[in-house]
Amino acid sequence: MTTIDILEETYASLTANKVRTGLTMLGIIIGISSVIAMVSIGQGAQASIESNISSMGSDLIIVQPGAPRTQGAGVQGARGNAKTLTQDDATAIAKNLTLVKAVAPEISTRAQVTTRGMNTNTTVDGVTSSYPAVKNLQVDQGSFITDQNTKSFSKVAVIGPTVQTDLFGEGVSALGKTIRIKSIEFKVIGITKLKGGSGFGSTDEMIFIPLTTAGRYFSGDQYVTTINVQAIDTASMKEAQQQVTDLLMTRHHITDSTLADFNTMNLADLVSTVSSVTGTFTLLLAAIAGISLVVGGIGIMNMMLTTVTERTKEIGLRKSVGAKKKDISLQFLAEAVMLTFSGGVIGVALGWLIAYGISATGILQTSISLSSVLLAFGVSAGIGILFGYYPATRAAALNPIDALRYE
Amino acid sequence: MIEIKNIIKTFNTGDVAFNALGGVSFTVEDGEFLAIMGPSGSGKSTLMHILGALDTPTSGTYFLDGKDVSKLSDDELADIRKDKIGFVFQAFNLLPRTTVLRNVMLPLMYDEGISREDREARAREALFAAGLDEGHFLHHSNQLSGGQIQRVAIARSLVNNPSLILADEPTGNLDTKTGDIVLETFQRLNEEEGRTIILITHEHDVAEHADRIIHIIDGMIVSDSKEHEKRIKHKTKK
Ligand SMILES: Nc1ncnc2c1ncn2[C@@H]1O[C@H](COP(=O)(O)OP(=O)(O)O)[C@@H](O)[C@H]1O
Ligand SMILES: [Mg+2]
Repeated sequence: MTTIDILEETYASLTANKVRTGLTMLGIIIGISSVIAMVSIGQGAQASIESNISSMGSDLIIVQPGAPRTQGAGVQGARGNAKTLTQDDATAIAKNLTLVKAVAPEISTRAQVTTRGMNTNTTVDGVTSSYPAVKNLQVDQGSFITDQNTKSFSKVAVIGPTVQTDLFGEGVSALGKTIRIKSIEFKVIGITKLKGGSGFGSTDEMIFIPLTTAGRYFSGDQYVTTINVQAIDTASMKEAQQQVTDLLMTRHHITDSTLADFNTMNLADLVSTVSSVTGTFTLLLAAIAGISLVVGGIGIMNMMLTTVTERTKEIGLRKSVGAKKKDISLQFLAEAVMLTFSGGVIGVALGWLIAYGISATGILQTSISLSSVLLAFGVSAGIGILFGYYPATRAAALNPIDALRYE
Repeated sequence: MIEIKNIIKTFNTGDVAFNALGGVSFTVEDGEFLAIMGPSGSGKSTLMHILGALDTPTSGTYFLDGKDVSKLSDDELADIRKDKIGFVFQAFNLLPRTTVLRNVMLPLMYDEGISREDREARAREALFAAGLDEGHFLHHSNQLSGGQIQRVAIARSLVNNPSLILADEPTGNLDTKTGDIVLETFQRLNEEEGRTIILITHEHDVAEHADRIIHIIDGMIVSDSKEHEKRIKHKTKK
């Protein structure tokens, strides 16, 4: 038997049994395309979440009072309530550290805020003029808190658009009006730009006042709840974080870093934490896809095995006219390979098309990974070849009469 | 030349061992036309399969042209089938959904001695020799009548130019007229081309075409027509 003979026989056999060929290929196509599509969705989601987080500022180090974060999800003992970081700490970081670009200390409290007839309970943040640059905040109307405001303990406020609606009603500008925070009157000097989204920490629901004002009227002391530190660039994050830690330890007279009364966190760490979460999500999708791959594989296996009777007769016939075991094995191997590979190529194309279609709708930017393609292809090709080839070689070992009589 | 001695074939169905052939011996000279007769289940097909190197005996020896076939490996048996034997099955056994021509070319694919280009010509030649109209060459077997299918099966058995042709009830599924034509084909292959023919039948008028008749009952030879020696001599004189 020449190579051309084998290819010709394979082609003839696959085209002569179109239904069998079609159904087997269908199993392969479904298995492969679903794996590729699902994994591409998972990875697309992961990438989009990560890029969202890094847009919050990948060069940011957040310093908060409390014990250093333990590995994993350790219980954080009253972090944020502890009072260990001062405005002077913030000033010292800004002044002394070479790798720090800007510092934005915060005194964060929750307070009841009222206007005539309306009220809301929200976060009131004492900040300095450096806050917008460090935290990527933009002012829509009016202006942000200035150094002059901070120096003179001004009772001025910059409010988020949601707060404005809550206190003044839909479409009414609060600029220049007065609000009462814990019964103290503040003049609204700015409205921040709507960021959209909702939930924890959205600046749309916050009120910003000068840091000094917050210290004097609300917390009653010099302590801050957070110091946001912006490194000079993303590359120096780690070093900058170390500088901050060292400086604060010295200032707080602490030598053992595990006993520190503050902790630092950078957004790169946060990104990697979230990545591991979304990675789990991708894994889940991959598991679902894996199941469809297995189902597809069982389909392939079924097709291959149910045709064994007919194929065994054919093998008996071929052997009876002079075919050797090797001839039979080669032919069936070629057939299984050709079948799974053509199915595989269509499956990859379909999976890619689905991923592309999802990207095109704009819901999610999917990304196809080579490893998912290889895995899906490998598994279904493996199953197809194994169950196409193995029964055939077994049948080829029978003598022709037993093969012809096979029921 | 075929020489079998004390061939026994035992089938194990479940716990019971069953002797389909209980010690069969005979010799067939080159160029003989032998008919094997016997009731259904008497072991005729089993014997043919062993003669055709499709199956091996449980015990006994089988010499084909001086070579002990009962001791050969699987691949060596395949070579014997390819080079020396043409087999016409009781159940035809054509490849489904495949053209007549491809069916007949099938044995040649496993024969390195025949080039790809020669195959079709050889197949056509065999089909003509078996008496099939050229118009059917590209039909599939399900588009043919019983007689035509039998001709294709005969053509396939001829295509590798074997010295021994074995046919298991070639006329069993055919009407008398078609059966006669098929038998004439075998007779012609025997007389004009000198091929050894062994065929199974349970019809006397079919067996009449042969030089020699062996009767089998329950896996044993009960009679072997005596005159065969004489007939062979008569034929070679001619
Ligand atoms: N593979 C087999 N397994 C078990 N029994 C078999 C097998 N092949 C044939 N036989 C038995 O051997 C006997 C002879 O069968 P066979 O040679 O086909 O008879 P014939 O062709 O004369 O009708 C039958 O009883 C049959 O059932
Ligand atoms: Mg029979």
